[in-house]
Amino acid sequence: MDTIKLIEVKEDILSDNNQVAQAVRQRLRKTDTMLLNLMSSPGSGKTSLILRTIEELKNAIKIGVIEADIDSIVDAEKVAARGIPAVQLRTGGFCHLDAQMVTQGLDALFSKNLDLIIIENVGNLVCPAEFDTGAHKNVMILSVPEGDDKPLKYPLMFSICDVLLVNKMDYLALSDFDLAVLRKRVVSLNPDIAIFAVSCKTGEGMDAWGDWLKKVLADFKQSDNK
Amino acid sequence: MHELPITESILNIVLKHAQLHNASRVVTVHLQVGALTDLKDEWLNRYFDYLSKDTKAKGAKLKIERMPLIAQCDSCQNSYEADLKQIGNLICPLCGADRGTALSGKDYFVKSMEVE
Repeated sequence: MDTIKLIEVKEDILSDNNQVAQAVRQRLRKTDTMLLNLMSSPGSGKTSLILRTIEELKNAIKIGVIEADIDSIVDAEKVAARGIPAVQLRTGGFCHLDAQMVTQGLDALFSKNLDLIIIENVGNLVCPAEFDTGAHKNVMILSVPEGDDKPLKYPLMFSICDVLLVNKMDYLALSDFDLAVLRKRVVSLNPDIAIFAVSCKTGEGMDAWGDWLKKVLADFKQSDNK
Repeated sequence: MHELPITESILNIVLKHAQLHNASRVVTVHLQVGALTDLKDEWLNRYFDYLSKDTKAKGAKLKIERMPLIAQCDSCQNSYEADLKQIGNLICPLCGADRGTALSGKDYFVKSMEVE
């Protein structure tokens, strides 16, 4: 019988996806297009947030949207109805988008000369956190009815995002959601995260979120890392 | 559900290194996975058995080492191991300060493997 030998590997399991994600970022640099990956649970308001953001910024910024869904096109239809270029990726049962799928979405939007592309990831707080999509910024929504304990259950998601939008603030008075407790839990995982309390329904906080987005986009376009 | 593409990546890495070392069979694969990641051992093993059945890695055992969540005290900079349940209530065992920051826990590595 052969002797058993030990091989040191030390290789990142996600290195293939990470390389494709890096290529996505480099490609978008050339056209000065910023890619933003929006993640949350189902029903926390991703599509509503995108529609609100379009309303807020469409005169200043050329926006496109990549919608990902397991098997439907309703979200892309809502976005396209506002005159915004949108492409729907059907993940066919997959629970997340990877950089390869995002590349296909970009191919479809390539000729549109956009400033900002927003990815609406599959509604899920687990899997999308593991896969780099190639986005320059990661943004997540947590809605008030979901509860302030979610950072304890899905720590990875909260640790990889640049922005947390706490949506459905109009429900706050009806719930025992504690914004200060949430903030402390999130910041201990991710001290650099920006947190905005918003309501897509009333418009609360949308100006602060819009200002953040305009600022990072301006910084992105100015940075000479091309 | 993301265990399937993860398992495919693991298998590709394992087969590449088996080839590099002229191995005839992979016996054990050692993985290091951080405490913050949500990978279920049972599914990983099941998918690995399924995907590897016509390869040199058929029957290989996956040994999954969970890497702890390490936090750093914001006040005295001491690093300490933390429990996931403590997020938001981190207490430094050295100075007692209640502000700390997670440093690691996102590891995702094929560390080593045993081959014949």
